[in-house]
Amino acid sequence: MTKSSFTNIQSEYLAVIDHAKCVRCKRCIQNCGWGTYSFGGDKIIADHSKCVACGRCYTYCPEGAISILKNPTVMRENGNWQDYHIKNIWRQSETGGIAISGMGTPLKYKKYFDHILLDACQVTNPPIDPLREPMELKTFLGKKPSKLELDFNEDGQPVLKNPMPPQIELSTPFIFAPMSYGSISLNAQKAMALAARALGIVMNIGEGGLHDEMVPFGKNIIVQVASGRFGVNRDYLNSGVAVEIKIGQGAKPGIGGHLPGEKIGADISRTRMIPAGTDAISPAPHHDIYSIEDLRQLIYAIKEAINYEKPVSVKVAAVHNIAAIVSGIVRAGADIVYIDGFTGGTGAAPIIIRDNVGIPIEIALAQVDQRLREEGIRNEASLIAAGSIRTSADAIKAIALGADAVAIGTAALVVMGCHICGKCHTGNCSWGITTQRPELTRRLDPEEYGEKLYNLINAWSHEMKDILGAMGVNSIESLRGSRERLRGIELTDSELKVLGIKHAGM
Amino acid sequence: MITIDAKGLHYKELNKIIRESIASGIKNVFLENVNGQYYIGDGIKGDNITITVNGVPGNDLGVFMDGPSIIVNNNVQDNVGNTMNSGKITIKGDAGDVVGYGMRGGRIYIRGNAGYRIGIHMKGYNEQIPIIIIGGKVGSFFGEYMAGGVMVLLGLNNSEELAGEYFGVGMHGGAIYLKKKIDFSKYSKEVEFLEANDDDMAFLKKYLLEYAKDFNLSSEDLIGGPFYKIVPSSARPYAHLYTSSSL
Repeated sequence: MTKSSFTNIQSEYLAVIDHAKCVRCKRCIQNCGWGTYSFGGDKIIADHSKCVACGRCYTYCPEGAISILKNPTVMRENGNWQDYHIKNIWRQSETGGIAISGMGTPLKYKKYFDHILLDACQVTNPPIDPLREPMELKTFLGKKPSKLELDFNEDGQPVLKNPMPPQIELSTPFIFAPMSYGSISLNAQKAMALAARALGIVMNIGEGGLHDEMVPFGKNIIVQVASGRFGVNRDYLNSGVAVEIKIGQGAKPGIGGHLPGEKIGADISRTRMIPAGTDAISPAPHHDIYSIEDLRQLIYAIKEAINYEKPVSVKVAAVHNIAAIVSGIVRAGADIVYIDGFTGGTGAAPIIIRDNVGIPIEIALAQVDQRLREEGIRNEASLIAAGSIRTSADAIKAIALGADAVAIGTAALVVMGCHICGKCHTGNCSWGITTQRPELTRRLDPEEYGEKLYNLINAWSHEMKDILGAMGVNSIESLRGSRERLRGIELTDSELKVLGIKHAGM
Repeated sequence: MITIDAKGLHYKELNKIIRESIASGIKNVFLENVNGQYYIGDGIKGDNITITVNGVPGNDLGVFMDGPSIIVNNNVQDNVGNTMNSGKITIKGDAGDVVGYGMRGGRIYIRGNAGYRIGIHMKGYNEQIPIIIIGGKVGSFFGEYMAGGVMVLLGLNNSEELAGEYFGVGMHGGAIYLKKKIDFSKYSKEVEFLEANDDDMAFLKKYLLEYAKDFNLSSEDLIGGPFYKIVPSSARPYAHLYTSSSL
């Protein structure tokens, strides 16, 4: 095989320019983070092999002169040997490397949210009009008492006998998922922080430390402690509304992470506290956590450091035994458990892990909620569900399956322009999201995209209220874990059983 | 100054008293009859604060600590100086496993031996250089994933085997100094074994003198060379592990 034919078949897309329309403004050259375009003296030339179909060029082409086409040069079709199998074998045989990619798995596994239908009221128990009636989405994350004991004060008003454990107050049951500075740009983090502040929700800063410019957003930030302990110190732990211990990630359960040295510039180096140019390595385990008892030790080390004033969350990937694992985490003292499902996103993961390890969030949630109820400890911790929440319907189904809130990662990036090209690991993101190249990051305006993020969460919250109204309930609290309001379609008996829902019509 | 009798106190009560004492301006805290209480000095901050511990403190001594000093007159258990930011911990006896995990600054001086996974994932940035000095020997995984800072392994006490298996695996920053030459052939290929030069010794001198003073050792014996130095061969040990997938 000659090098040229290999390169040719590697061109997944063709960047086709209509030279009759093109005014040679060269905006495409400037906008493409991949170096696809160059100027050939009298016209724009495209190197197809570099195109990843990120959509930046045609979005910003003033003449609509660019089309990105799927390369029509076919590999011989074979239902078993997909072209990505063949191409990855070629790449790996040339480099000897582990094949990595960004974003959640693109493979078409069954999406259980798409096989779950919601209930609505007709006649007997009337729906509620959310435009006329108050509809409550307010959500509190944290340990709740097993029962409420009341006293009455001098004015005869009821007051709690025992203090309520610390909570995070959300105006609507959404948070922005953990994405570190390093994996994404500071401007992308700022956009989420601005939106979170305006919405009265929170973002999770991820495991890469807290940049100085993010400190003022502390009331809307959950800080994270992962195995690399980047940027973690006493002040960091106290700078947000909660602390999260990251054990696992849905896209790569059981493995760590390497932020490549070329992404570690001066600013990230300072925020993570490692020398510039070195790989930022997060080992697979926390080497001080080899058991549930050790996890408890770290949870309480953090609680001592924050004087028990804020909840502590533990983030895990959804894996086969997730119900027993979460039960252990709750018993270890976590106030919140964040469960990241199989299709969750990532800045970089070996595809062999991403596409083959873990279980879907829908199943994990149903099993965890059920187990915690059976053990009588569901009140001990709140559950956050994540792993490609694509619509408000996914979110509301997750809540009915047992989640207290959902986390939005990929969807938030889509707001910022992401076309899910899956090349986050390369650091060339044309949209200025998963890159640290200043000429790319500066094009992401935090205010503009903060407003769009605000709009999205607002829209989804309105949709959620519509659904609640249709169901005849006036509070998201009434739907939590209420699987009676869900029905399955095109699911087997085993699937219905594991999800704890009835088939449609029953 | 305050003396606290820790006998029978749960760590939560003990640490609350310590935090409140420091908040009220007390600079010297003496703990008596400590018997395994966790998290002593967890997240405390401030200058010229010293906690003296009599008894054996429990896990996570000085975790997240930022500035104060802790002196332990006995042995300590696991996770000493976990993710510590600055300050100093002086241990007159032995230390357990996982000392200085993710440590970002400050000093930990151990007179005796230490267990497994000492100084793993230590960090360093500009002027902030965490330092760990161990008088005796250590277990396996010494300096695993070390990303910055400095560790010194003195091998006093005539220890035969200075360190266990997997010395410096995944090390990609910082430096480890040894007072005794060891056969490094069985260890990680990710690091290099060199003889310490004058610059190294000039850097170490200040810390070794302090160590000698803290433990009443002869400073001439301690500083007398030669020392050996272990540094990572690459700041990016896993750079060639990956290739971009087509999907």
